[in-house]
Amino acid sequence: MARRYDSSTTTFSPEGRLHQVEYAIEAINNAGTCVGILARDGIVMASERRITSGLLAPAKTSEKTYKLCPHAACNVAGLTADANILIDQARLRAGRYHYQYQEPIPVEQLVEHVCNYKQSYTQYGGLRPFGVAFLFAGYDEKHGFQLYQSDPSGNYSGWKATVIGANNQAGKSLLKSEYGSSSAEMADEGEETSPDVAGALRLAVKVLNKTMDGTAAAAEKMELFTMTLDESSEVVHHILTQKEAQEVIDQVEAETASAGDS
Amino acid sequence: MDTVFGIQFKGGVVLAADQSNARSILVYQNNLDKVKQLSSHSAMGVSGPNADLVNFTEYIAKNLALYELANDGTKLSTKAQANFCRNELAVALRKGPYQVNLLLGGYDEKEMTGSLYFLDYMASLQKVPYGSQGYASSFCLSIMDKEYKEGLSESDALLIVEHSIKEIATRFLINQPNFMIKIIDKDGVRVHSFGADPAET
Repeated sequence: MARRYDSSTTTFSPEGRLHQVEYAIEAINNAGTCVGILARDGIVMASERRITSGLLAPAKTSEKTYKLCPHAACNVAGLTADANILIDQARLRAGRYHYQYQEPIPVEQLVEHVCNYKQSYTQYGGLRPFGVAFLFAGYDEKHGFQLYQSDPSGNYSGWKATVIGANNQAGKSLLKSEYGSSSAEMADEGEETSPDVAGALRLAVKVLNKTMDGTAAAAEKMELFTMTLDESSEVVHHILTQKEAQEVIDQVEAETASAGDS
Repeated sequence: MDTVFGIQFKGGVVLAADQSNARSILVYQNNLDKVKQLSSHSAMGVSGPNADLVNFTEYIAKNLALYELANDGTKLSTKAQANFCRNELAVALRKGPYQVNLLLGGYDEKEMTGSLYFLDYMASLQKVPYGSQGYASSFCLSIMDKEYKEGLSESDALLIVEHSIKEIATRFLINQPNFMIKIIDKDGVRVHSFGADPAET
């Protein structure tokens, strides 16, 4: 039934769906997982590093995390080539905004711009949509730290914690039960509170452990990124070194071991 | 021929401009308001041909309104507004320039201060504590240089405005009987006084 209506991006099916957009979203569900967690004092984005061959030269910086401007970065799940185009768009927009207003672009405006660009590929021109989902992490004065997720349709939403890529449902269900409810940060009233960056890192590793199920957790298989403010209120982008990542993994292992005992 | 000047005081900005609309030897009107409101807490005093005055200020004001509509009520700071204006002047400069010289004043809630920006038709931009555009500069700047003190009050600033207008009335060749004076502070943009009511047709 869908066959007749799924080859064109710019045509609705009789059920009111855009099949090409849905297929693009499917493509991302095969990509390396990315977790994003909003902490009290920053944002954590953790991704699965898929090493397809031992002969691959190590990437110069990262193939998952990209800096968009001094106060925003993103994680990619999906077709890297498609992602590069969108990342360029985002960087240009952020730069042009700053040129025009001499102020940093509010994070949501940046996200919306990228998403509007993605949306136009679902409505005009007969070109296929971008096979990319993003996690945007950014800081601005008005709303502080923010985490956004966007998909090929051009839709976006703000999140406290979310997962994209392979096994994202498993990751999301883990976040639902664990975000803000670990005994360390439970408020007296019993309401949900956000973790600090260190807690968020541990939670992110836990989620990746679950989504990467079979494979053992190892520092080379994960990329951990944090966004925080330094003493002079400047945004700091940091990809954890092997050593730092291993420390977090060890802490998580210790936690799960002791939880098993009690 | 326009006289425009402005002074930043503690908690706001005062902008003043003459109300004469004239070309060559003819005075079209004497109750023109040359201090155009841009947003809830900003305005700019404009010197230049009436066509550009109206075109440019309305273009900027409406674009600022669009920004607030498109971005969930977020307001642009005075600095951002001034830089936006400068950018528009710069882009138009090599196509069809706006022949306007501006003094843009605004109040920012976050810093709880007023700020004043000097822009000219060649798209220069400078933040200043006080400033003036046009021939008035030759008469007013020295008065402001002498009397301005950082952190001065609204009434002190208005006194300097009064002195400046008096000097222009005494020494400037062109007769400018009416002045529009507006104050921008935490309560927004308000008319302090005018020589002739702009609403009178």
